[in-house]
Amino acid sequence: MPRIRRKKKRAPEPVRSRGRRAPIIELNEVTKVYPGGHMALDRVSLSIGRGEFVFLVGPTGCGKSTLIKTLIRELDVTDGTVRIAGRDIGALPDKKIPQLRRNIGTVFQDFKLLPNRTVYDNVAYALQVIGASRAEIREQVPATLRLVGLSTKLHNFPDQLSGGEQQRVAVARAFVNHPPLMLADEPSGNLDPVTSIGIMQLLYRINKTGTTVVVVTHDREMVDNMRRRVVELYEGRVVRDEVSGGYTEESTTEFGMRMAAEIGVGPGGERKTNGHGHSLAR
Amino acid sequence: MSRILFFFSEAFRALRRNGAPTLAAVITTVVTVVLLGVLIPVFQTAQAKSDEVRDELNVQFALYDDATNAEIAQAKEKIEAIPEVASVTFISKQEALATLKSELSDKSIVEELHTNPLPASFQVTATNASDLPQIEREVMGTSGGGKPDPVSPAISNPFSRQQSTQQIAKVTSALKIVLTVIMALLVVASLMLVGNTIRLSIFTRRREVEVMRLVGATRWFIRWPFLIEGVVVGFVGGLVAILILWIGKITIVDPLSDNGDSFALAQHNSTIAFPVLIAILFGAAILVSTIGSGITLRRFLRV
Repeated sequence: MPRIRRKKKRAPEPVRSRGRRAPIIELNEVTKVYPGGHMALDRVSLSIGRGEFVFLVGPTGCGKSTLIKTLIRELDVTDGTVRIAGRDIGALPDKKIPQLRRNIGTVFQDFKLLPNRTVYDNVAYALQVIGASRAEIREQVPATLRLVGLSTKLHNFPDQLSGGEQQRVAVARAFVNHPPLMLADEPSGNLDPVTSIGIMQLLYRINKTGTTVVVVTHDREMVDNMRRRVVELYEGRVVRDEVSGGYTEESTTEFGMRMAAEIGVGPGGERKTNGHGHSLAR
Repeated sequence: MSRILFFFSEAFRALRRNGAPTLAAVITTVVTVVLLGVLIPVFQTAQAKSDEVRDELNVQFALYDDATNAEIAQAKEKIEAIPEVASVTFISKQEALATLKSELSDKSIVEELHTNPLPASFQVTATNASDLPQIEREVMGTSGGGKPDPVSPAISNPFSRQQSTQQIAKVTSALKIVLTVIMALLVVASLMLVGNTIRLSIFTRRREVEVMRLVGATRWFIRWPFLIEGVVVGFVGGLVAILILWIGKITIVDPLSDNGDSFALAQHNSTIAFPVLIAILFGAAILVSTIGSGITLRRFLRV
């Protein structure tokens, strides 16, 4: 399987001199300004190591999705560098972009399945794209579908599945070639709480196999329960980065406490909102 | 090898699953190809006919009655030496009278003549009808202006049996241009129609392309099945259209052209041969639908 951990012929930079230990994601002063002047990312610097499980939280429009899109080069950054496995993807020629994407599994809120293919074919497509042999496909696809718990629905079409099942197919497709990195952009945004837990458990299991998982979410309960690393974005900036955090910062701002007390959102007095109060918007 | 098979199976899967747009693309191709298949020979025949009319145009030069055979032969050679001249025919006094007789309804007029007033003449045709005035000037030696100084003393003066030689030449060349323009427009319109139908059928699947890019499919990996789809649509559409044209040829055109000259229009010798026509239409159908697919995809494949 192709890996992007390829050495360039340039003189090694400090980051790359760490070789295999280079963080899987490394953003350095990344700025993204959309045409029209909206600044979606404002000098974001972030480093995510191999094997980490990271929640990316923040209100709508804070730049989370933009961040995910820059990681798969669906968007070019205005300034700064994005490194995946030590490699500056901004310098990647267009022809190499598919190669990059094959090494990053992506899951989206709207599943993005191919509607005219069966579950099996949807997952197999990710392998066909990388030129896997038929034997590999015949082995990997059922195994991965078993992992996500869909081994009985191989020949169903996406519109015959529930939302949760469709998302499992999407996860299977993202994971079938065992990429070193998996990005999930609000994977449970369209799903009910119980189903969400299932998806999150699935992502957690995938993380246990060594794959780095980055999850964008609004699901406060999930983040609070899992107590993993939390990166919070607000208006394009990283405002919080905790190794083991909750959905909201445990701050003592008066505004946050009042909000929690008055509308009863959040864990009441125990845990308060952060200074911006925006995380209650959900 | 397995990859080629994969592309083909992808293409056929898409054709099956997108029945309505596929059918629309095929039908558009059929209609367009049939239209072209009928109109190309018709236009060609019209052009050939107008060429024929032009070929019949000529200029005649009357000869003095006292010209000797040697002088006539020499004059003929000189006229034939003019580059624009296609043929020179000598018409004797007797032949001219016979022709006049056959054209007149009241033959008594000729009977009453005791002598033959008609001169012998040369009937000169040009390779290109519009060169006739030029030939006339050269023969009469008036190309530089001034007094006539014919190439031979045997030649007396030019006359045209068709008064409107120049007008006919003009009309036919205008007709030719008009036909060519209409033909070109029709071809362009057909290509765009087919191209557009294909674009539409791909446009409905742009999300599919988006997903393919997302999982890291290269451009050509996405493109090949679509191109093969285009080839298949062109192939099937072309095949059906040619079948229709062929049936039409056997049942309508062929029986008519068997009745001697009555349907000469469709059997004119300069009309394109049926197999050649088929080959061109078939190739065009496939090419257009393939290019149509390719161009449309470009828009969705931009990273």
